[in-house]
Amino acid sequence: MDSVIFDLSQTSLREVNQFLHHGANGNPIKIINPDGAHNIAVGLHSPITVEIAGHVGYYAAGMNQLANVTIDGNAGTGVAENMMSGRVHVKGFASVSAGASAQGGLLVIDGNASLRCGISLKGGDIVVGGSVGSFSAFMAQAGRIVICGDAGDAIGDSLYEAVIYIRGTAKSLGADAQFEPMSDSDYQTVGELLAKAGFSHDSKDFKRIASAKRLYHWNADANQDY
Amino acid sequence: MNHSESSQSLSLEESAGYDRRILNYIQNAAAHGLYEIRGLGAKRRLPHFDDLVFLGSSLSRYPLEGYREKCTTKTILGTRYAKKPIELEMPITIAGMSFGSLSANVKEAIGLAATEAGTSTTTGDGGMTSEERLSSKTLIYQCLPSRYGFNPDDVRKADAIEIVIGQGAKPGGGGMLLGQKVNPRVAEMRTLPEGIDQRSACRHPDWTGPDDLTIKIQELRELTDWEKPIYVKIGASRTFNDVKLAVHAGADVIVVDGMQGGTAATQSVFIEHVGIPTLAAVRLAVEALEELDMKGKVQLIVSGGIRTGADVAKALAMGADAVSIGQAILMALGCNSETYIQNGTHHSAIADYNALGTAPGYCHHCHTGQCPVGVTTQDAMLEKRLEPHVGARRVKNYLQTLNMELTTIARACGKQNVHHLEREDLVALTIEAAAMARLPLAGTNWIPGWQTGSSF
Ligand SMILES: Cc1cc2nc3c(=O)[nH]c(=O)nc-3n(C[C@H](O)[C@H](O)[C@H](O)COP(=O)(O)O)c2cc1C
Ligand code: SF4
Repeated sequence: MDSVIFDLSQTSLREVNQFLHHGANGNPIKIINPDGAHNIAVGLHSPITVEIAGHVGYYAAGMNQLANVTIDGNAGTGVAENMMSGRVHVKGFASVSAGASAQGGLLVIDGNASLRCGISLKGGDIVVGGSVGSFSAFMAQAGRIVICGDAGDAIGDSLYEAVIYIRGTAKSLGADAQFEPMSDSDYQTVGELLAKAGFSHDSKDFKRIASAKRLYHWNADANQDY
Repeated sequence: MNHSESSQSLSLEESAGYDRRILNYIQNAAAHGLYEIRGLGAKRRLPHFDDLVFLGSSLSRYPLEGYREKCTTKTILGTRYAKKPIELEMPITIAGMSFGSLSANVKEAIGLAATEAGTSTTTGDGGMTSEERLSSKTLIYQCLPSRYGFNPDDVRKADAIEIVIGQGAKPGGGGMLLGQKVNPRVAEMRTLPEGIDQRSACRHPDWTGPDDLTIKIQELRELTDWEKPIYVKIGASRTFNDVKLAVHAGADVIVVDGMQGGTAATQSVFIEHVGIPTLAAVRLAVEALEELDMKGKVQLIVSGGIRTGADVAKALAMGADAVSIGQAILMALGCNSETYIQNGTHHSAIADYNALGTAPGYCHHCHTGQCPVGVTTQDAMLEKRLEPHVGARRVKNYLQTLNMELTTIARACGKQNVHHLEREDLVALTIEAAAMARLPLAGTNWIPGWQTGSSF
């Protein structure tokens, strides 16, 4: 199928997004000269394939539903934030809050991700080829984050039910986060996510971080007497 | 002195600094080692709209005939960038209150009432319920730091989007919902385990400062193809600067919520000691819009302690385009009344108030989930105490009363449109109110603290 090509140095972002929302008919779409523009390909809601040739600014592929978006470059703040489904692949590095509050879908980052990767995650999956910055998975509620490199400070602070798998080391654990033994199903999960993301690491090298659930109820000693 | 003599001459000089309220506070803190969490808003007396009066008309101004001459209340919000601004029959809207804090029945009742009255209602920290979308003609969808249940499909279904930066009851604080209220449906909507004590974030996960907010607003506009107005809601604190920043960030509508504003659950130290009164906040917000020459281009909604038609009229006269109401809507539904109405009859709820350690008229126990009148609960039995159609009728009556009072005042001031009420129609009764509202003390031309012409 022929690609539909948009040149962001010639066409306005509004026109491109309008087409992606209402005009796309299944042909792959390629966006050239993104030049770090913000809000490229936000709010897609059909199973289209979009390739962005270059670096993108904030919220690229934000709130994605069903679409398959590849960013051939680095991504700014909040790439694939609040994604519902589909797949977003960053071939370079990702800035802060990658995949924030995503409820579904798969975010793959080949390089490193900065601070707060997977913050407030609500069911999406994130696989990071490199390392993640501090406060990643802060208050993550559901979903899985696979980190092939290391993590900065306070990984998994105030985690709920989301699970983190890490291959390297964590500089420090956040409040209420703890290392837990890997079960067979954990190995299987990691293996599947690595395969989907196109990484060939051995799942045996990963460790599991999850919530100790000590913050689920305040001050149990006080008989909830507030 | 024998025993009976001494008991006849008790010394009962109460300390102002350590009165029974403070003693009670200290004893409770000592017993539990934990702060108090409660619902509703600040309970202490604050300078407020009650401290202002309208001048009305006489020889120097003509009034309008009460019943014969028209006085319009139509209100349009979101005219700056949105292709589809919000059009309302009255400048009185219903504030965001989460499903979770309120039951699904209450959400439905509020939607039905707002639709009948021709106004809007708002979702809350917990996402959009199908009941409220179906029952509400005009529904504002909140985008909060927690992002519970935040969903692009719901963004598209909404009529406007409100980015919540803070609430007047707790500027700088996040949401709170105690485990008793996290039932299976609430848990699912919020992607949380059932029954946990939930504290939600106080900062958004994907942006931090005003420059980021500009891009976030643009994202929501792109997502909705620039159709829907974007509101930005702030808790009143450094209101002058915050409003200017929100305007720069591209808001269509700014919601300023003063410290009297209600909440479903917050630490009482936060409710009573953080933020500034609504009266001061309205003035600062209007001054910020005027300084940017944005008055009338970016609309201002004011909330926090709006109870009566007079409050609405005063907020409008000070420069607001509309008001928003939380607590008083709950009270219209029966909050703090002695009875609830079920199957057409009144039943006493007094024993249930007592079981919570309170009584009708004093209750602020929304956080417990055991609301005696079925308003702020997720309990399957209690929520039946509020029947949607009964609640809807009461809320509609309440809104209609406020709107009639508003036009009564506007006509008395000679205005054919409630939006023509102006500062010049108002004077202050107290020095505090005069200073905060920057209005003259009644019978004088004195505005305390304002000779220099500096802006604040
Ligand atoms: C029960 C209850 C729940 C609330 N939930 C929310 C919420 O989810 N999001 C929000 O922005 N504000 C929430 N608020 C605050 C209201 O939106 C509004 O700012 C406030 O109620 C206005 O002041 P008033 O209560 O004095 O009218 C809530 C208030 C109450 C009373
Ligand atoms: S009566 Fe219900 S809504 Fe009113 S304060 Fe008590 S618990 Fe809250």
